Amino acid sequence: MHHVIIGAGPAGVVAAENLRKLDPTAKISIYGAEREVPYSRMAIPYFLIENVPEQGTHLRKNDRHYDLMNIEVHQQRVDKIDAAAKALSLEDGSTVNYDKLLIATGSHPVRPPIPGMELENVHSCWTLEDGRAIAEKAKPGNTVVLMGAGFIGCIILESLAIRGVDLTVVEAENRMVPRMMNEISGNLIKRWCEEKGVNVRTSTRVDGIEEGGDKALKLSFNDGSTMEADVVICATGVRPNIAFLEGSGINTDEGILVNPYLETSQADIFAAGDVCQGLDFSTGSYMVQAIQPTAADHGMLAANNMVDGREQRHRGCVNMNVLDTMGLISASFGLWEGSGGDRSALEDYDNYRYLELQFEDDVLVGANSLGLTQHVGVLRGLIQSRTRLGKWKEKLMQDPTRVMEAYLACAQAQA
Amino acid sequence: MQKSLTIDPEKCTGCLQCEMACSYQSDGLFNPSKSRIKVFNFHEEGRFVPYTCTQCDEAWCLHACPVDAITLDASTGAKIVNADTCVGCKVCTIACPFGTVNYNSDTGKVAKCDLCAGDPACAKACPTDAITYVDADATGYERMKEWAAKTDAGMTAGA
Repeated sequence: MHHVIIGAGPAGVVAAENLRKLDPTAKISIYGAEREVPYSRMAIPYFLIENVPEQGTHLRKNDRHYDLMNIEVHQQRVDKIDAAAKALSLEDGSTVNYDKLLIATGSHPVRPPIPGMELENVHSCWTLEDGRAIAEKAKPGNTVVLMGAGFIGCIILESLAIRGVDLTVVEAENRMVPRMMNEISGNLIKRWCEEKGVNVRTSTRVDGIEEGGDKALKLSFNDGSTMEADVVICATGVRPNIAFLEGSGINTDEGILVNPYLETSQADIFAAGDVCQGLDFSTGSYMVQAIQPTAADHGMLAANNMVDGREQRHRGCVNMNVLDTMGLISASFGLWEGSGGDRSALEDYDNYRYLELQFEDDVLVGANSLGLTQHVGVLRGLIQSRTRLGKWKEKLMQDPTRVMEAYLACAQAQA
Repeated sequence: MQKSLTIDPEKCTGCLQCEMACSYQSDGLFNPSKSRIKVFNFHEEGRFVPYTCTQCDEAWCLHACPVDAITLDASTGAKIVNADTCVGCKVCTIACPFGTVNYNSDTGKVAKCDLCAGDPACAKACPTDAITYVDADATGYERMKEWAAKTDAGMTAGA
C-alpha cells in the first residue's frame, strides 16, 4: 500500500502521521512544492518579529521526525494527476504511483488585477521565502503599504510595526477583518491600530502602482490621492491551489469538491485543508475554510478514510479564527453574523472589550469577541455540541460574558 | 492506572486556595488571574464550581497547534505546553471546546493545566477534598468524555 500526500503543510503532515498510526506497514510519501522542511505559515509573523528562529516555524521540531516515523518527504512539485493510471507526474519529469492519494496543496495569495503588482518591491506575505524578503526590506523608517486588512494582513501588522516602519494599511471594505469580524468590532480594531500609530484607510482601493518618485514606488488610490512607499505588501486574500487538477477528472468549485468522507469525485483520491471545499458545521453547506484547525481535522479524518476498512463521516468543521492585531485579540466562531435569532452583546468601546453572541432559539450558533483571552474555546464547544441553554439563554442575553458558567450549568450539569 | 483530577463541586467552598496554589506553582506568584484552574461562582445558587483541563484523549489543542508546542506527557497523560516552542498564535485557545487553554498576554504564550508532573498543587491545597487526584475511572470523567465526543469532527459510521 502506497499512500501519497501532495502538500507538506499542516493537513498533509497530520494526515501522514495519522496514516502511520493506523497503517504501520504502508509506504507513506509527502510531496511538497517548496524547498523547505515542512513548516507552518501561521508562525511566519512570529519569525518576522524575531520571536522564533526560522526553525521555530517548522511543523515538527525533531530533525529526524519523518525518518523516525518512516514517512518520506520529497521537495518536488506535482504537476499532474492521472487518476486512471493512479500516477503522478513530478516537476523533474518522473512518475510516482499511488494506491491512495491525498491532495492537501493549500492555497496561494491572489493579487488584484491592477498595474504594477509585478514590481520588485511589491510582495506577498505567504511563504517563508516571502517572510525572509520582507524581513530584509521592511527596515526602520521605511514607508510600507499593506494592501488588505484581512486575517493575514492583520496578523503581520504587528510584526511590521515592531520593525519600526511607517505603516499604512489599505482595505477595500468598510472595516478591518471584514470576513471575520462585524462592523462594530472591525472598526474597533481599526481605531486600536490608529491609536498605535498605524494609518488605516478603509473603503479605499489601490488603483495602481508605478516606479518613481523619491521612494521606489508610487501608489494611486480610487479617491484620486497618491502616496510614495518603499515596499508594498499585498495580503488581499488566498485561493485554493487547484489549477494543476485541470484534466484530472477531479471536480472543483472554489476548492476541491468532496463528499462527507473527504473523497473527491475520483476513486481513492481525497482532499484536505485549505484546498478542500469541505462540510461547514454551521450551514451544512460545503465551503473552503482556510484555517489551521480545519486543516488538522481534515488531515486526521482523510487519513482515517484512506485506510481500508475504516470509514468516518465528517460532521463538519466550525469556521473559527483568532487574531492578535498589535495586542488586541479578536475571535470569531460559526455564524458570527447571526442567522435571524436573538443576539446579545457586551459593548465596552473605551476598553476595547466586545462580545456578541448569536442564537437560534436557545442554542448558541455564533460569536465575535474582542479583548477576551480566557475560556474563549468554550464558545466553540457550545456551538458544536448544540447545547440547549434553557434558562441560561436569558442570563446570557443579560450578560454574554457568563458563557463559561452557562457551559458548566448546561453541558456539565455541575451547577 | 492513570490518575486524573476529579472535581466535586458539592464540596467546594469557594476559598480559591487552588487558584493561589496553581498560580504560585506555575508562575511563582499568588495571582488567581494566572491560575490554570478556575473557580466559577454561581452566586444566585450559592455554589462554586472549580474547573480545569480534563486532559481529554481527543486533545484538540495538541492537534491544532501549528508548531508542535503541545505534547503528551506519557507518564501522567497531561497535554503540556512547551513555552519555548509556543509562538503565541492562540489557535489552541479556540480549538479547545472546554475553554481550558488560555492566552497569557504577559508571557505572549498560552497556558494550561499540566498536572504539575503528577503532583497537582491545586489538589494538595484544597482543604475540603473538592479537588482530588485519583484513578481516572472515578466519577465525573465519563461526563467529560461525552462532551468531548460531541465536539469531535468525525463520527464513526452508524454512530
